Amino acid sequence: MTQELRRKGERKSGHVREAIRQELATDSAAMPAEDAVEAGARPPVIEMQDVSLAFDVPILEDISFKAHEGETIVIVGESGTGKSTALKLMLRLLVPQKGRVLVDGEDITDLSFEEALVVRQKMGMVFQGAALFDSLTVFENIAYPLREHTRMSDDEIEQRVREKLAFVDLEADEVMDKLPSELSGGMRKRVGIARGMANDPEVMLYDEPTSGLDPLTTGTITRLILKLQRELKVTSIVVSHDIRSAFRMATKIALLHDHRISFFGTPEEMSAAEDPYIHDFLGGL
Amino acid sequence: MSELILRLNARAKSAVQTLQEYFELAWNAVRFIFARPFYAQDVVQQMDEIGVKSLGIVLLTGLFTGMVLALQSSIQLQTFGATMYIGRLVAGSMIRELGPVLAGLMVAGRVGSGIAAQLGSMKVTEQIDALNTLGTDPIKKLVTPRLIAALIMLPVLTIINDMVGIFGGNLIATLMLGLPTSLYWRTVWEQIISGGFVFGFIPNDFVQGLLKPLMFGAIIAITACFFGLRTTGGTEGVGQSTTKAVVTSSILILVSDYFLTQILLSVLHAP
Repeated sequence: MTQELRRKGERKSGHVREAIRQELATDSAAMPAEDAVEAGARPPVIEMQDVSLAFDVPILEDISFKAHEGETIVIVGESGTGKSTALKLMLRLLVPQKGRVLVDGEDITDLSFEEALVVRQKMGMVFQGAALFDSLTVFENIAYPLREHTRMSDDEIEQRVREKLAFVDLEADEVMDKLPSELSGGMRKRVGIARGMANDPEVMLYDEPTSGLDPLTTGTITRLILKLQRELKVTSIVVSHDIRSAFRMATKIALLHDHRISFFGTPEEMSAAEDPYIHDFLGGL
Repeated sequence: MSELILRLNARAKSAVQTLQEYFELAWNAVRFIFARPFYAQDVVQQMDEIGVKSLGIVLLTGLFTGMVLALQSSIQLQTFGATMYIGRLVAGSMIRELGPVLAGLMVAGRVGSGIAAQLGSMKVTEQIDALNTLGTDPIKKLVTPRLIAALIMLPVLTIINDMVGIFGGNLIATLMLGLPTSLYWRTVWEQIISGGFVFGFIPNDFVQGLLKPLMFGAIIAITACFFGLRTTGGTEGVGQSTTKAVVTSSILILVSDYFLTQILLSVLHAP
């Protein structure tokens, strides 16, 4: 039985590797080797050290990883494995029961609520459902972090909003005065990305950026995340169960399984891994 | 047996924790009234939402309550041949009790449900998390403006409610019972000054009648925000939060009204 499974896995992994090779060849996000080495010398932008969290049942156990400047870490795993929780820990919306979370080398685990608000300004978050404020227009949504934390004039704010909307390929004059309810799902996601990057954060966090979107829009959003990472060199943490776009975006992939990181490495390493669970997981490719 | 005790223990613990969270929210909301940044625009918007838009129902409730008060009490007073004191009765009941409580209950129903539903939907669509992420304290941005607005608007609505109620009593007294309007208003004034004064010039009835809506305003805003921000479980959760907010704030209004009355009476009418 086990042998049969393994054989099946190997057969499958053959297809998987081929597909991944094509994927990597066409649109690889993996950094050039020398860049990666250089990045390794700097302190990690985000670091988790033995983080555990449980609400009655365990959610995450002994999670450790580092994200260096300019890297894109994609956290993949089945639904309900605590992927989104990991993002909330990085934003300190949740506090781990054990372990430490570091941002730019600063331990954010024991910060007060007010201090955490300051650290969060280094990060831009794109929520699964975009989480745009539905009582505000697109313009006001993107301008929100600027009005809250900068002393920019109205003209400067408008210029910045237009710039960000252009970056996410939206026609500013068309969408600026619309309410989020008047936009399509894909457009909402893009406005969400524009809002997340409005403050020019060091780190972008994405919670399931492509879930619930059609394949074409999924491609658009994936390209957008890649563009952000390449042009602006933003460190990104992406939570996704879309393994195809994960391979396109990731410098490193973290696979969550049974509340733990069962694999952490480059997409190439992942596709070469012999672990049967990874084979099964990649079977979806 | 031990299992029962354990379960009771867990239940009690969670009840105490909920209570603690409620007061923590209330404390933070009050604390932020005096802390920068001030969201003045949100306060004005909420004053419109809580105050101006509740005007219609408060006017209607006040008018009909005053009218029915006059009608009912006229029967009682007729027995003693004291119909001329109808103004005293209407004014006393409206200013001290019915004005604040009815305005409170109406606003709890209209505004409490609205706040809980709005904050609840924001919670389940991660907009509250988004606020946090964008470096804004949701309590400061959402709860404090609603608290300030309710603290200002509830007394205003109560005054309007009282006035319309007394005017409604006037309508019934004059049109149905044939009492002269001047006599009606004279008895209203007698009632107001009969209870004595605070600082020598603020009628005791006014103190009672305006401290209560302050309390009710705080109860409505905090309770509605509390249940809204605790919403879990999608749209169904939003519905449940809304119901809980209205029921809890209505009960709290009625219960606190009794105790507040008890305290105020013993303080204001101390021998």
